Formats: sequence, structure tokens, C-alpha cells
Amino acid sequence: MKFNAELLKELVSTYGPSGNENRVRDFIKGQINDYVDEIIIDSLGNLIARKKGNGKRIMVAAHMDQIGLMVTNIDDSGFLRFTNIGGISPFVTLSQQVIFENGTVGVVSAEPIEDISKLKISNMFIDIGVNNKEEAEKLVSIGDTCIYNAEYGENKNVVFTRYLDDRVGCYVAIESIKQIKNPKNDLYFVFTVQEEVGLRGAKTSAYRIDPEIGIALDVTGSRDTPKAKTFAIGLNKGTAIKVKDNSILTHPKLRQYMINIAKENNIPYQLEVLEYGGTDSGSIHLTKEGIPTGAISIPTRYVHSTIEMASKNDIMNSIELLTKLLESDVSL
Amino acid sequence: MLLKKLTEASGVSGNEKEIRDIIIDEIKDYVDDLEVDRLGNIIIHKKGNKNPKKLMITSHMDEVGLMITDIDDIGLLKFTTVGGIDKRILVSKPVLIGKNKVPGVIGAKPIHLQKREEWQSALNIDQLYIDIGANTKEEAENIISIGDYVAFDSQYIEFGKRLVKAKALDNRVGCSLLIELIKEIEDIDFYGVFTVMEEIGLVGAGPAAYKVEPDISIVLEGTLCYDVPKLDDHLVPTYLNKGPAISLIDRTTLYDIDFRKKIAKIAEKNDIPYQYRKTAMGGNDSGKIHTTKEGSITTTISVPCRNIHSQTSVMSKYDYENALKLLKAILSEYKKGEL
Amino acid sequence: MDAKELLEVLSNSSGVSGHESRLNDTIISAFEKYADDISIDSLGNIIALKKGKSSNGSNIKIMLSGHMDEIGLMVKYIEDNGFIRFTNIGGIDPRTVLGQEVIVHGEKDLFGVIGSKPPHLQEKSEINKAIKMEDMIIDVGYSKDDLKGIVSIGDTITIKRNFKALEGNRLTGKALDDKAGIAAMYQCIMELSRINHDADIYFVSTVQEEEGMSGAFTGTYKINPDIGIAIDVGFGSTPELPKADTIEMGKGPGITIGGNIHPGLREKMVEVAKEYNIPFQFEVTPGPTGTDARAMQITREGIPALCLSIPLRYMHTSVEVVDMMDIKNTGKLLAFFIASISNENLEGLLCY
Repeated sequence: MKFNAELLKELVSTYGPSGNENRVRDFIKGQINDYVDEIIIDSLGNLIARKKGNGKRIMVAAHMDQIGLMVTNIDDSGFLRFTNIGGISPFVTLSQQVIFENGTVGVVSAEPIEDISKLKISNMFIDIGVNNKEEAEKLVSIGDTCIYNAEYGENKNVVFTRYLDDRVGCYVAIESIKQIKNPKNDLYFVFTVQEEVGLRGAKTSAYRIDPEIGIALDVTGSRDTPKAKTFAIGLNKGTAIKVKDNSILTHPKLRQYMINIAKENNIPYQLEVLEYGGTDSGSIHLTKEGIPTGAISIPTRYVHSTIEMASKNDIMNSIELLTKLLESDVSL
Repeated sequence: MLLKKLTEASGVSGNEKEIRDIIIDEIKDYVDDLEVDRLGNIIIHKKGNKNPKKLMITSHMDEVGLMITDIDDIGLLKFTTVGGIDKRILVSKPVLIGKNKVPGVIGAKPIHLQKREEWQSALNIDQLYIDIGANTKEEAENIISIGDYVAFDSQYIEFGKRLVKAKALDNRVGCSLLIELIKEIEDIDFYGVFTVMEEIGLVGAGPAAYKVEPDISIVLEGTLCYDVPKLDDHLVPTYLNKGPAISLIDRTTLYDIDFRKKIAKIAEKNDIPYQYRKTAMGGNDSGKIHTTKEGSITTTISVPCRNIHSQTSVMSKYDYENALKLLKAILSEYKKGEL
Repeated sequence: MDAKELLEVLSNSSGVSGHESRLNDTIISAFEKYADDISIDSLGNIIALKKGKSSNGSNIKIMLSGHMDEIGLMVKYIEDNGFIRFTNIGGIDPRTVLGQEVIVHGEKDLFGVIGSKPPHLQEKSEINKAIKMEDMIIDVGYSKDDLKGIVSIGDTITIKRNFKALEGNRLTGKALDDKAGIAAMYQCIMELSRINHDADIYFVSTVQEEEGMSGAFTGTYKINPDIGIAIDVGFGSTPELPKADTIEMGKGPGITIGGNIHPGLREKMVEVAKEYNIPFQFEVTPGPTGTDARAMQITREGIPALCLSIPLRYMHTSVEVVDMMDIKNTGKLLAFFIASISNENLEGLLCY
């Protein structure tokens, strides 16, 4: 298995903020079409791809939406005001380039402010380089959403780019779809919408699928940087098997099963006790009568910035763990 | 007048009986099916030409208010808030308590006896109490029970240029719109739901959507309006007299883009003024509805209300009438199968 | 085994949210004597079913829930010298864990103590500041190497505390929230073995209440009851708490009033308590209760819910105090209430 940098680069560069995932959905659909038995798009826009098999009904969720900025106002000079879609930090956003679905590029700046620690989104604006409101309205409408515009970078160890969250999860799912030839289990790969605003796509898709087991793929933090707060996850130390985050305590038996698979196949792994944040797993495990659910996390530094960084080895190990898990006779 | 009747009735979240009975009385002759479910939601079905997409129109019927938590030795009542109320609006106001609408007042220490610094800080709920004129605990206990709901005492008044002041415009204005639709619309198949307990966590909407299983929902609301001069345009959530507000985003929903654009286009085609609700704050029943079961599509259409969640909410009849026009226009598109 | 003995065993065992299965044997062996069927569902809820009188398959269903999980701690990092850093599961005041003896539930149970910087080494200004959980450590007396294969990230930790009787009927221990609720359900099923009842009763020991009521959501979905009743604990009165926010010890269960609660059923509950002279109090919660009753109410098409609260002092500490009479009265009230519900009168009670 080779690290497919081309695919990951395309994934992180494709437009698809929460609530407007059309483009990234089309892209992913094109990637997996030939490898799955059926594809459904549900009313919220989740992409549900099934690889039929005889065993357990397993739902694998990676969210394809990304955080962004929604325009709420256009002033007479053509400056755009915005609100956040998902967890947007004003400090990360200041001085960034942003790009709209139609390719319009803007830059983010702020009103003069004495104390920079008081920077708020309501004091910031997007400048798309027009002369007045009329010109702006030809390019952008109220309700349009833009995303960070930044280059993809990599070296032999790591990738650093915008939107690893959670296009790297999508990448892991796609690569796993391609690798699994004769699925033992009945696999539903769901590329979910609206995770960043409250795990919404996973909720409705899990209801539809009613799986016996759920697995979420997402990024987690990495606290191996100078003076970082205590958190036992670092880059290049293996894929992460989640114990908890704010949305779930993962199913103990499923977690142990995942650990066993990792051990049997010599896949390096770390255990993740995350004290904040949530993942699609939180929605899945509460579905209907309750679904034993776990999560595979990709350790990532600087989450929700334009320089999210993950280790290629960890990504490859995540693909391997997922593939081996899905190819096994899961019993809890 | 319908809106007067609706706003002057009590229906604090969790205690919607009075308002529910009034609504049922208004609509019962105009519907094919009417049911009050296990939580107290009213769910009606108006039968008409079948449409492949099931339409549900909802409005929550509850309002914010207070609840009695304790009666002290001299017959004064301690209370807590029900729903999101700014504690600063409570002092020096009349209220009505319980089923029998016992009148009471929320008093304050005379200004003469206060130090100047005291004026600076807001009064906390635990510093406030309701006086019903009782002298002793026993006297109060004869007419009040712990757990009694308390509604604001505020009349419906029309004033200024087509403005209305009342309590509970959030969301009796939505109820009024839905009632008018139920009465006037014919030959269109839709479900109408008056939900309970929206103000204390969107309680009724999820179970109602679970039962109805809509494909499309329209949530009717009274929404935030703060259109004071000199406030930057982008900080004004909605304006009065600029027509109904269509939601883009709030804490509970990212509204479906295609559907939202369709609604705006219908307004434009019919020369109905509208505005976008420009804040991401707040949330409503849509949040529960669109994520129930396999998911569905929603829009929220609101009448802007100044001083929302207070005794003196203000709305414009102009916005109300245009909201009604817009809804009728949407329904006629729905009838044509073009929604 | 009586309800007090069950409470003692449960309090002295450990069942941190998400890791409740250690309690399964105790709870199953208590309830199976009186139940017609016992099962464990996919998230780990234990469901004991006691069938009603007319077993024609169309009985009304009443679900009771007491949550079996407890708050606790979890290993989040192991320092090079073997000190364990931890996080909380459920709401914990960090000030209450300092200086505690703990059990780390690894491959085997390890004893440890929670320490922090000694006062001698602290600046004067620090003394008045609470110590943050992230600055505390657990010392289990082993190095990181020793701990390999024994303690892992994600293992749970409980405070070591022995259940004890205080004066009168008062009892103290850890995790009485909500083991007291399970004891009350146990009291109820024993009472019901002597009383006729129409309804099928599901006694559900739910998991993960302290982490978002997960077990109640999925358990209620599965059972789809006509009535759901959560049995949890309420704030027992102490001098520093406002009277309106508390219920009194030894004066019977608190019957919750508020939007989360079905008004008709609540009136019936009060009526039954008065009829049988069972002491009760009111507990006012206008919004969602933060108990399993919240999950029940909004499941499926909406389930009419009730909530009974057993007065409990010092909630979410390791020295919680309850009154055994309150637990017994809660169990009795539940049993008489259940007996008062029939296939015939239910519809009337639920009507608005």
C-alpha cells in the first residue's frame, strides 16, 4: 500500500462546508463508484455507500463537511460580515485567504481593536476586493459560505494542510473501500454531512441503516508539541483507538476487539482519552436501541487551523486497522 | 381578534392547557383529523390533493414564564424562570399565577432606601418574590401550590403605525398564522402541529416529527428583532417592517440551501417583502424536526418581534400580513408540486 | 437480600459510566428472584421484566429506571515515573478528590492515593486557590515500566470508600447516586410480588446516565413503554442551600413537577401517596430534569414521564448520605402507583 498523496490533496482542496457538501460528495462518489454495490444520498445529503456482505451490518462514518464562514451581511462598500460554521477561531481566521464555491477569493481582516485578545467574529470582515455593494452582490450573496484557502504541503513524514478534519477520515474510508475485495460483513460507508455543527448527518444516516456496529473516523488532537497540556496522543506513534470524548464512552468490548486486531496485525496504536470535542460516534451509539460504537482517530496537530498536520504512517496504520477490522468476523 | 385572544391566554412551557384548548376550539371545524399526543402537542391533518412530499407546518404554542418554588412565612412566593428570561425585566411587573390566575406583583425595595451602588447591579431571582397580598403562609397555601405556573399579565394593545404590543408574541404570532392557514386553505394536504415546550429545550417537536414523518417542514416563529439606530447593520438580526424573516442558520439548524432559495424566489415572484435573519444565535423546533428519523428538510419563517421574551413584545402587522401572504404563496407552489 | 444489603454491595462495587458490567452479577441475582425475564441490551442496560396479571400480550408497559453507572475518574496519561494523570467521568468538583484513596481498575485493581504539591512549597497566594484536576497525580507506587500491561490509558478509577451506617436510618457511601435508585426499584419489585398489577413492569438499571443518559435513550426506544418513571436522587437540604432548591431528608421521595413530567400521572402519584400515607415532597424543575426522565420523554413519539427523587446530601462526592426510609418509601410508592394503573384508567390519566 502506497500513500496516495494525490487523493488526499484533492480531498482537502475540494469545497464542502457544513450544509453545502455537494462538491465534495460528487468527488467522493466518483472515487468509490466502481468499488461499491450501491450508493444512496439521503435528504440531509449524506453519501451512503454499501459493500454487501453476509456478516454484521457495520456503519463506518467519516464526515465530509468542513468548517467555514457564512456571509450574513454586505455593506455599502462591499465588505462582507460573517458568522461561523462550526468551530472557527477568530485568531486563526484573521489574515487568512478564503474562497467561495464560485471561486471568489477574499481576505479576512478586522476593525481596529486595541486589545487583540478581545477579537471577535462580529468585529471581523471579508474583503473580496470590490468597489461597492453592487459589485460584491454579483459575486456573493447573503447565506453563501466560504472556506479557508491554503496550500497543501507535505514532506516524507507528515502532511500539513487545511481540512485534514475530516478529509483524512474520508481518505481512510476511501482507501479501505478500495482494499476490501470480498467483504465478510455488510458494510455501509457513510460520508456524513454537518458533523461540525452537531453530529447531525450521522444521526439520520445511522437511523436509516440501523447498524449492529458503528465506527467513526475522525481526527483527534496531538499534544506532543512544546508545553502542550497532558494528553497521551502524539504524531507518528500509531493510529488512535478512542476511549472517550465529550460525545461518547466507546463500547468496551468493541474497543477491546479493536485493540486485539491491532495487536494481531502489529499495527501501532495509541489509546485516546479526549477531554473535549465530539465525533459522529456520539450520534451513532444513541441510535434506536443503542449501537455498540467505537472510533479510529488520526492524531492531528493544530486542528481547525490551515496547517493541520498528521503523520503519513499514522494515516496508513489507520487504513490498515479499519480494513483488518472490517474484514474480520466481528463478534463482541 | 385572534391574536389578542391568543396572546392574552396563558401557556407557559409545560402548562399549555389553556392555550391548547383555545387553539383546538378555533380549528376543530376546519380539519380532517385532530389529535393531542402524549406530550400535549396538537397534531392536525388537513386532507387535500395528495402530494408525493409530506408537508408539516409547525408553531410552538408555549411561552416563557415563571414557576412557584416556595412560599415563605409571610405569604410571599419564591419563583424560578421557565425558559430564557432576562432576570432584569422582572422587577416591578404584575403577574398571574396558576389556573385561577391569581394576580400578584413582583416588587422592589424603594429607591429611597437603596445605596447608589445598589442601582448598578441587576437584581437576582433570589432577591425577588411575588406578593399576592396574603399575610401568612397558610393564607397563601390556600390558593397557591408549589409548582404553579406564572404568566406575565400584559394586555394586547395596538399602537403607533400598525404595531402590536403583547406578551407571548413568541410564539402566538406563529400560532395565529397557522390557525389562519388551517381555516383558509383548501384542497392542499398538510399536517399542522402546535408544539409544546419549545422554550425549555424543543421538547414537543421531535416526538411530533417522529409521528408525522414529514418530508418538508415549515416552522413558524416570532424571532429576535433589535433594530436600534446606530447599531451596525450586520449586528441587527432582523428589522421591523421589512417583511417576514427567512432563517439561514441558527444553533440548531443549517437550513437547506436550495429550499431556502426557493422560498426567497417565491417571495420575489409574488412581490412579497422578506429579509434574512442575520444571526446564528437562538434555535427552534426545526433543530429537532430535521434530524428526526432519517432526516428531512425545513425552513423557518418568522415575524420579527422586538423585546422578545418580555411582557412588552412588539411586532408589526405589516410583517404579519406579508408572512401570511408568503405562506399562501408557498402552499400554492406546493400544490403545483413545485416545492 | 434486602434493599439495604443490595445498596451496600452496589456502593462498595465500582461501575463508572461506560464500564458498568462489574455490577451485572449483583443486580441480576437480586432481581431474578422476582422477575419473569432478565436481559442485557446492546449498551449494557439490565432489563428485568415482571409481567402483569393479564398476560395476553397486550398489557400496558411501565418502565422504571435507576441508573447503575457512577461518576469516577479515568487514566489519561502515565508519567515516566509512573504517576497517573486523570480526567473525570461525570461532574466532579476537583476539590473533593484531593487526598483521596483510590482504586485504579486496570488488568488488576491497584491501590493509589491522590496527591499534589505540599503546602510548604506553595506561595501564600496559592493557598486560597483550588487545585485543578490537571495538577493532581495518582501515586500507585509503581514505575511506568511496572505498569506496562497492568494500567492503560482509559482505565477507570474509583474512590475507595466503605459504605457505613450513620445514626438512625442514615447511610453513607460513594455512588449512592444512583445506587439508591436501584435499591428503591428492588424494594418495588419485592412489594409487587405481593400485589396484583395489570401492567408489565420493566425494571431497567441504565448505563451512562452521568454521560448524557445514553442508556435511557436506547433502553426507552427498545421497550417503548406507555409510562416511564426515573428514580434518581435529589438535593438533600443542608444549611448552605436555598430551601426552594432542596428536599428534606427522611420526608419521603420528591415528586418532580415541571415540563418534563406528565401532569396527569403526577397527580395520580400524589393521590396514591396520600391514599397510602406515604410521605412525599415536591421538587420543582421547570425544564429538562437531567435525569433519565428527560430521555424517556423525548423518545419515539414521546413517552409520558415521571421522576421520583430520593433526598441525598453531598451529591457527587464520595460521602453521599441517604435515608433508608426514603428509599423504602420510594419503592412502596412506586409499587402502589403501579398497582393503581390499569388498562382501563390509563387513557384517562394521560388525556390532557
